[in-house]
Amino acid sequence: MAFIEINGLSKHYPSRAGVVAALDGIDLTIDEGSFLGVMGPSGSGKSTFLSLIGGLCHPTAGTIRVDGIDIFRLPAEQLADFRREYLGFVFQSFNLVPYLTALENVMLPLAVKKLATAEKRERAYQVLERVGLKARAGHLPGELSGGEQERVAIARALVNRPPLILADEPTGSLDTATAASIMELFAELNREGQTIVMVTHNPETRGNFHRTLLLRDGRVAGESLATAA
Amino acid sequence: MKLRTIAFTNLRRRKARLAFLLAGLLIGIATVVTMLSLSTAMTAEVQHQMENFGANILITPKTDELSLSYGGITLGGVSVDPREIPEADLARIETIPNRRNIAAVAPKVLGAVEVKGERVMLMGVAADREFHLKRWWSVEGRPLVERNELVAGSSVARRLGLKPGDTVEIEDFPFVLTGILRETSSQDDDLLIASLPTAQILLDKPGLVSLVEVAALCGDCPVEEMVAQIAAVLPEARVGAIQQVVKSRMHAIEQFQVFAFGVAVVVILIGALVVFVTMMGSVNERTREIGIFRALGFRRAHVARLILIEAATVSLLAGILGYFVGMLATGLLLPVLAEAHAHLVWDARLAGGSVLLAVLVGTLASLYPALHASRLDPTTALRTL
Repeated sequence: MAFIEINGLSKHYPSRAGVVAALDGIDLTIDEGSFLGVMGPSGSGKSTFLSLIGGLCHPTAGTIRVDGIDIFRLPAEQLADFRREYLGFVFQSFNLVPYLTALENVMLPLAVKKLATAEKRERAYQVLERVGLKARAGHLPGELSGGEQERVAIARALVNRPPLILADEPTGSLDTATAASIMELFAELNREGQTIVMVTHNPETRGNFHRTLLLRDGRVAGESLATAA
Repeated sequence: MKLRTIAFTNLRRRKARLAFLLAGLLIGIATVVTMLSLSTAMTAEVQHQMENFGANILITPKTDELSLSYGGITLGGVSVDPREIPEADLARIETIPNRRNIAAVAPKVLGAVEVKGERVMLMGVAADREFHLKRWWSVEGRPLVERNELVAGSSVARRLGLKPGDTVEIEDFPFVLTGILRETSSQDDDLLIASLPTAQILLDKPGLVSLVEVAALCGDCPVEEMVAQIAAVLPEARVGAIQQVVKSRMHAIEQFQVFAFGVAVVVILIGALVVFVTMMGSVNERTREIGIFRALGFRRAHVARLILIEAATVSLLAGILGYFVGMLATGLLLPVLAEAHAHLVWDARLAGGSVLLAVLVGTLASLYPALHASRLDPTTALRTL
């Protein structure tokens, strides 16, 4: 069953040269538990695509339904609630809050939830353990390596137990070995039933995806299925 | 973890900005506290002076112009003015509506006597009340207590060659000079002071007084009204207020209060501007962080609340510290600006008010930065997406 339904999705930006179509009429469905890779050259609309699924910006045209919810019909504050309950973001440059420890960064999505602090802490420790970083819980981001920061970012995306994880170039700034271990972590999460949409440049990561979407000039230029063994 | 945990952690780990924000508001609050507590202390000092340093209402007989004078009334040399005030009438002063504001009623009888062949003015006083009222009187020796005792003004003592312990004869009655008033540069220097009953006998004015000084406890009580009330119960006397000195002092303090209020408003406005600029800078510096919060599901209201919690926390701190810094400054300035009697007034309302003002100013000045932060577009804020 389709977990995400995308219909006629377009996003146009005004520019000096006229209107630029970052995305132009995308139709797509994503099943629950799938691992979708989105690839394409720079400027092909990958990040815009991810921002739209995440409800971070509004489309010029088209709809996205996640779990049956037409997300762009939600008022602003409910859209924020939707992001909190349905999505976990993993950003390219980790985007950890520098003055918060690894544990506090992981607890961030829970900060506005009505849960006991002890439970929030417990959940954060659990996901840090899941990504192999429980021992580094008290460290600030500046004291962690790139791979460790990425793991903290993944733990933060998982802490709220969201049905969907959106990852934007999560291995983009990591060395090959670390990138491979991070991709393995994502694959593991997916095997456990987690739906993941990942934007990437790295062709080596393709092996992990159930399905790979190739974007070019804001359109779907190609699609390949289950190259994974 | 709650929103306030994030706010407190941010403040704790970004000490430089915390210090800057704190200083901006603290200076403003400390200035307000200093100005207000200074003017309160100075007003209290003037009230203290008014209550403890002499009379501010004078009761005199309705009399014609004569040649000798004391205390604003004129006397007819050795001759007895027929229109004295009966001492018994003074009890009526205790019946006026504002009687609770009366600190002391000091009647005195005046007249000329001959001592060692010289004519001098004798003043009969209710000694305990008179010496209490005229705290500036400094006696070499001691004040008079008994009916056969005298105190001499410095000029008279010099003229007649008197010193404490001497015996002085007036109208064949022997008196002991218990003390000499140190120079006051007033009419008091030319007086011989005796007890009221004795002077009434010597001056042949039994049961009469020449004038009455009334000390009213008048920080803010209506002296003019009290004058009218006393005049109503003593229709045969002339009642007037002597408050020029106090009035001019109060006027100076009122001017200082206006100036203090002006300075306080300006400094608070500058403090608010510092908070506004710093919080705005902080929000702009943290756009990426705010983008993360929004992407993680923080509502706009959550982001605004986060900024306001930070502002309110710093403001609360600035209010408390500002109050104590202000009081410290007042303690240092007070001896320079006021006289020895002025002292620090620890006022709970000023403490509460300054903390409230700090929180109000700090939060209001941060309102726009908080709204600005909450309106940031998460995509623009994150940039990477």
